Amino acid sequence: MRRCVQIVLFSACLALASARVALAVDPTELPDPALQARYLALTHELRCMQCQNETLADSPVGLAADLRREVRDQLLAGKSDDQIRAWMTARYGDFILFRPRYSLRNAWLWGAPFALLLIGALVCWRVVRNRTTLLPGDHEPLEEDGPAR
Amino acid sequence: MTKFLLPLGIFILLAVVLAIGIHHSPDKGIIVSPLLGKAAPAFALPNLTDPAREVRSADLKGRWYLFNVWGTWCGGCREEHEALLQVRRAGVVPIIGLDWKDDDAQALSWLTQLGNPYEVVATDHSGRQAIEWGVYGAPETFLVNPQGIVVYKHVGALTPEVWTREILPRLSKVPAAAGSS
Repeated sequence: MRRCVQIVLFSACLALASARVALAVDPTELPDPALQARYLALTHELRCMQCQNETLADSPVGLAADLRREVRDQLLAGKSDDQIRAWMTARYGDFILFRPRYSLRNAWLWGAPFALLLIGALVCWRVVRNRTTLLPGDHEPLEEDGPAR
Repeated sequence: MTKFLLPLGIFILLAVVLAIGIHHSPDKGIIVSPLLGKAAPAFALPNLTDPAREVRSADLKGRWYLFNVWGTWCGGCREEHEALLQVRRAGVVPIIGLDWKDDDAQALSWLTQLGNPYEVVATDHSGRQAIEWGVYGAPETFLVNPQGIVVYKHVGALTPEVWTREILPRLSKVPAAAGSS
């Protein structure tokens, strides 16, 4: 019973905390739920240029509010997500996008994790191969090393 | 010997990648403007000192100008004011002001008290015009050529050093056009 009360209180606190943040920074409500979803997605992937590690959605500064207003107005005017992103980058550069674009210039950025994975796999493969070729020649496994037969 | 070659190779590769990253990273948080080399945004905005008239980009075609984004709420703007007045006195290039998200009365008293370095000041109460220029923090100063192309942008307070090192050389490259102001 006590545990139950604790859980309820804890969830209530969480809910209140998140509601407060949402209300404090951006109370924008679009008339259409689909537009509202796109609005939230866009404002969460665009950077606030003034406080550069926050998204537009999270930032309380004036410029972020102005840019959110642009996102809202352009959504209401029927612009596509890509058109809005292009509009933003034409003014603020790729830096405004938290998610880098797929472009030739960014190829190394998107390719790097796979290249690192490949290097890791190569190293792993070499180590394992060296183990199997070295062991039988160098050391005869001792009787007591092996599992009990 | 060859045992160290692979880690060394990886280390060098990483060092090169990081060096490139540091070299290209925005200088002290300054973001390269995508506007450089492109046409300056067109505008027709209220004139701070003369409400009956508009400040229009079309009227600025054919001559060099500095486009300075400021506000009375902005500390860096107070800091650069003396430098702007010096630019005005030099008379080489006019400064067009954009009073960004500001109160007109306060802006006017700022100019009366500190001196007016601007040929004309446009007001941007909504902040829309500043967004067109990709402004993210006042003061910011753009140099626009007679063809209406943005050739240089300075973020932060303008200093005499920036003026002599970055702006003057760009103006003197085309003496004929600079002289027309």
